[in-house]
Amino acid sequence: MNFANLFRIAVKALSNNKLRGFLTMLGIIIGVASVITMLAIGQGSKRSIQAEISEMGSNMIMIHPGGDRRGGVQLSADDMESLKLEDLEDIQTKTRYVTYVSPSVNSAGQAVYGANNTPTTVYGVNLDYLEIRRYRVDDGDTFSEQDIKTAAKVCLVGKTVVDELFPDGENPVGKVIRFGTIPFRIVGVLESKGYNSMGMDQDDLIIAPYTTVQKRILAITHLQEIVCSALTEAYTDQAIDEISEILRENHRLKPSDEDDFSIRSQQEMASMLTSTTDMMTILLAAVAGISLLVGGIGIMNIMYVSVTERTREIGLRMSIGAKGIDILAQFLIESILISVTGGLIGVVMGVGAAVAVNLIAAFPIYIQPWSVFLSFAVCTLTGVFFGWYPAQKAAMLDPIEAIRYE
Amino acid sequence: MKRDDTMEKREVIRLEQIRRDFQVGDETVHALRGVSFTIREGEFVTIMGTSGSGKSTLLNTLGCLDTPTSGEYYLDGVSVRTMDKNQRATLRNRKIGFVFQNYNLLPKTTAIENVELPLMYNPQCKAAERRRRAIEALEAVGLGDRLMHKSNQMSGGQMQRVAIARALVNNPAVILADEATGNLDTRTSFEVLVLFQQLHAEGRTIIFVTHNPEIAQYSSRNITLRDGHITGDTRNEHMLNAAEALARLPQEED
Repeated sequence: MNFANLFRIAVKALSNNKLRGFLTMLGIIIGVASVITMLAIGQGSKRSIQAEISEMGSNMIMIHPGGDRRGGVQLSADDMESLKLEDLEDIQTKTRYVTYVSPSVNSAGQAVYGANNTPTTVYGVNLDYLEIRRYRVDDGDTFSEQDIKTAAKVCLVGKTVVDELFPDGENPVGKVIRFGTIPFRIVGVLESKGYNSMGMDQDDLIIAPYTTVQKRILAITHLQEIVCSALTEAYTDQAIDEISEILRENHRLKPSDEDDFSIRSQQEMASMLTSTTDMMTILLAAVAGISLLVGGIGIMNIMYVSVTERTREIGLRMSIGAKGIDILAQFLIESILISVTGGLIGVVMGVGAAVAVNLIAAFPIYIQPWSVFLSFAVCTLTGVFFGWYPAQKAAMLDPIEAIRYE
Repeated sequence: MKRDDTMEKREVIRLEQIRRDFQVGDETVHALRGVSFTIREGEFVTIMGTSGSGKSTLLNTLGCLDTPTSGEYYLDGVSVRTMDKNQRATLRNRKIGFVFQNYNLLPKTTAIENVELPLMYNPQCKAAERRRRAIEALEAVGLGDRLMHKSNQMSGGQMQRVAIARALVNNPAVILADEATGNLDTRTSFEVLVLFQQLHAEGRTIIFVTHNPEIAQYSSRNITLRDGHITGDTRNEHMLNAAEALARLPQEED
């Protein structure tokens, strides 16, 4: 039996019952469309979070002093002074998987220019910091290594701080602002990065040489934090191991001792955040998948009715020479045609709905090609799976009884 | 003389001691109890019998829809008894043309598509040839002007003629008609009988299963079945002409 003929027979049979075919399809259309839309929304929000994180530096590693136990008293991590400049230098020189390393000391306070003032935070760092956090200087220039050595009173300012202190649109480069009591000369303005996914304004900061902040504001010699970046996101774990080894050695920790520092990576944060959206995506897709299943059961139901209703037709086809396999194939092709056509319409409608959500509700969407292929494959399988039993039933009919069926 | 002619002809059907038993609950029903006969090419045979005589079972056996419990059945020289379902399906497709009492046309389907149907299950038959043969068959039954009429737009007589065209299209060894005039009024019945006689005259082999004794008069041979046995097998030397009978029918006033 050739396939083209069977296909023609199946198409003919379906076109004899257009409304019923369409109603059956509707289940599949809704199922596929909702799977695609839900995945597009889920993936869209995941992507937008990931994009924000990589904007912050997805290969970033943060080292903080850890809490310690002295004489049975648990000390707060912030009071620890365990991170030293030597640690920083060792990380810079002895690691293979770490590219940029910067100390970080910060102080919150009031920035003042003329009659304007704003609360902000000054971060004392070196030049690597800009690379790690992916800050770019929009206007002016960065401070120099020489500025770090001499603890010069220069700074880079974020957009928010500029807006607060220079509301008239004056060029801030070269102006001298005060942070607390210390005057800083602005050498550059940072390119705006906006809010991150946790709602923090990434432009509300002042960046200055760490030596300046250590000596002139905080009067400390230790480091509050070391930030560095792994070669790439993929090498984060190796980089963490290297750093951990160096710090344990520098701090002379015995193998039995706990770390007196803590290392966190952006990767962890990212996976924590995306796991939430992943969960949401899975839930949405599961609900949508159930509707696809319901659609499939609809096909099965209609095919069963159709087989019963067309018993005499089946009997006739068998008497004039159709084999069981021909009948099986015909009904299978019919159900696959319903599900595939429904699937195609569903794909178009799902993509359309996702785009509509994006345009109307301004929700981030991302239509992954695999989600389209997947839902399409699933609905073809649905056709085969739910069409199989009715088709099998049709193929097993006895032509003698079928032809006389009333 | 005429008898000698038929003796020369090829055997289309040979039944040898066909028995068919059915198991109904604990009882065994003997539908056919040793039926033997031979039908040669070009015969127009009616098989008569009341319900319960086993004629349906015989028809199913002849049509290769059913296999006998014992005995041999040769269709066009091929033994059917040992064939499996698929082989029998192919055999039906190539060697047998069925005409049913209730036509069994596909609904909402044109005459030509209905007639093409048996050829759709024959992979050797290409689309162009299929169409050509379907048109030929429809012309042969006098429906050359109704190729594109759908089955629900036709009268009973027309539908039965489409069904006969469908039975002819594969150029079968034998045409099996099951009460083919059972659903038709007298006039249309005669029209269909005329068609069968015409096919017979063209040399086709026809087996007509019926419980209507009148029809036997228009065939060349008459086999009577009763309780699974053959009780009569006579040649009809004085075959009536259906066309004349049709002409004698009183005209209906519309």
